[in-house]
Amino acid sequence: MNFLLATIRRELLLAFRNRSEIINPLAFFVIVIALFPLAVSPEASVLANIAPGILWVAALLATLLSLESLFKQDFEDGSLEQIMVSPQSLLLLSIGKVISHWLISGFLLALLSPLLGIMLFLPPIAIGALVSSLLLGTPTLSLIGAIGAGLTVGLRKGGMLISLLVLPLYMPVLIFGAGTVQAGVMGLPIGGYLAILGAMLVLSLMLAPFAIAAALRLSIRG
Amino acid sequence: MKITMPRWFYQLASPKWCYDILGMLSPWLGLAALILLSVGVVWGLVFAPPDYQQGNSYRIIYIHVPSAILAQSCFMLMAVAGAIGMIWKMKVAHIVAKSAAPIGASMTIIALSTGAIWGKPTWGAWWVWDARLTSMLILFFLYIGIIALYSAFENKASGDQAAAILSLVGIVNIPIIKYSVEWWNTLHQPASFTLTKKPAMPPEMWLPLLVMVLGYYCFFAFVLIGRTRIELLEREQKSGWVSAIINEAR
Repeated sequence: MNFLLATIRRELLLAFRNRSEIINPLAFFVIVIALFPLAVSPEASVLANIAPGILWVAALLATLLSLESLFKQDFEDGSLEQIMVSPQSLLLLSIGKVISHWLISGFLLALLSPLLGIMLFLPPIAIGALVSSLLLGTPTLSLIGAIGAGLTVGLRKGGMLISLLVLPLYMPVLIFGAGTVQAGVMGLPIGGYLAILGAMLVLSLMLAPFAIAAALRLSIRG
Repeated sequence: MKITMPRWFYQLASPKWCYDILGMLSPWLGLAALILLSVGVVWGLVFAPPDYQQGNSYRIIYIHVPSAILAQSCFMLMAVAGAIGMIWKMKVAHIVAKSAAPIGASMTIIALSTGAIWGKPTWGAWWVWDARLTSMLILFFLYIGIIALYSAFENKASGDQAAAILSLVGIVNIPIIKYSVEWWNTLHQPASFTLTKKPAMPPEMWLPLLVMVLGYYCFFAFVLIGRTRIELLEREQKSGWVSAIINEAR
């Protein structure tokens, strides 16, 4: 447990010392969303229709882009290897890494999303659905994404490959995440959608750390 | 607790033994595939009665259904082989999984494209974003990812293990495909075949389909064996038994 907390503390400290790590995904999220009114149409009626999908896709891509650096530095400077030969569990390291990754990406994206929702004329009744779906869905994205990051950390050109590996697995989360917001827009109950997002989170929380640890072990061995 | 597996299981770990056994099986499977597929195609496309609603256009199921079944079976085979390879450190299992990936991807393409060809006259659209079609598309992307992962690693053993992890993770998609027609209101109809229930079609329609499915499995096994044997030769090229085979061929 101490090791888990120490990992999270270390990761957050590193992120705060190098703020661009925190700001870049958020800036990316905002810029991608600003592209749509320019490209599709600035009409309120059009934007409100596609807002749930845009917001979710942008959040997904922002998470995805921040994944590449998740294990990179630790892999290159050898600390990952040190942790592997130490008596500490690689499983706890993976969980700690994912939690801190979520805190600096998905969690902040969810907090920022109401503002962007309003920019896209998302009806105010759907804002709650937007924030809650992102809060429940983005941890799953971090968990699944970390598997891809672990598998590709030893490769020179891992960036494109991560997207290829991880995006198919992101699709179910995207469907139900954007579905939650869509239901919120129409004033339908969103409990069922949130329950499915929660179930996906529980499932990935149970299984993904094992896959992440196995992926890291394999990447370190080379 | 010590678990011992039967003797043949351990023999599977020997590349040479596998190469020989697969070489013996291969012609029989090829012959069975040839017979079953030609009987099934002629029976299904010519002699089976036309559907009372769809007329003759339904006949594409004799291609579509078997390839869709195979696309999913192939993924499960890769996951199981990957797990065996990781648990028992069995190189041959990884080789089988690697050889299966492109076949599975092609089966998925066949299933998706025949579905589109059938969908146009029947649903009025080449493609609809319903749950069954989307989950099959995801399966195709997973195959692409796994194939890309194999080629990304210079060290083949690492690539094998990475792909095994990804196929074990991706296996969650299989039940989603299977039950998508029951969980959601999809345009795609429910399963044509189940092991437990009597099919809704008359026997003169589903019997040729059964022949086609069996033929596809034999064909799949035949192609898989061919690819596996080539991969075995390539990976074992430094060992004595491969040189012996090459010298014999000269």
